[in-house]
Amino acid sequence: MAKQKNDSIDWPGQTKESTIRLAKWTILWVLTVAIPVFGPALFWGENHLISFLAILLNVGVGIGVIMAMINHLKKQDEMMQKVQLEAMGISLGVAIVGGIAFSMLDKTNVIPFNAEISYLVMIIAFTYLVSVFINLRRYK
Amino acid sequence: MKNRLKVLRAERDWTQADLASALEVSRQTVNAIETGKYDPSLPLAFKIARLFEKQIEEIFKDEE
Repeated sequence: MAKQKNDSIDWPGQTKESTIRLAKWTILWVLTVAIPVFGPALFWGENHLISFLAILLNVGVGIGVIMAMINHLKKQDEMMQKVQLEAMGISLGVAIVGGIAFSMLDKTNVIPFNAEISYLVMIIAFTYLVSVFINLRRYK
Repeated sequence: MKNRLKVLRAERDWTQADLASALEVSRQTVNAIETGKYDPSLPLAFKIARLFEKQIEEIFKDEE
């Protein structure tokens, strides 16, 4: 069916490209998280201006991640967008319900440690991955 | 919703990847439509109809 291929876009290639771009932005964002976290202890001590600038850099790169995510979603076809939307909806629900419950567990001293946001991020990421996997299986 | 996508594709000797490329969707989406697990949007249904030069109701049938 070469006649059909000639005048159509390279869909898998386009999706792969946007996925790679998103992965690059995400890796860069993770690296910029390390700067304000480890920087004061290893390099600049109590200098708040440098810490503020490092956090500003992290936020700037974070905006880049969001833009890359939007671009990635736009490059998906309608079924894949539905899969992503459902996974994001479930993740958002888990984030709100789980986050509030986790915070209350900390406030009432039911758990012997602080309710760090990193735990919540891990739960959201895990929920998102499992949701995408289940949704993709559903349409297989 | 039932559809004749697989039959129409087979008549033209196209693979799922060929059809996906022509419709600008993923191969997984073509497969999900063919197996009735995913109902396409109206714009995609029109695109499929245009590609096969048929009316939408000649390809898709409501099961009710």
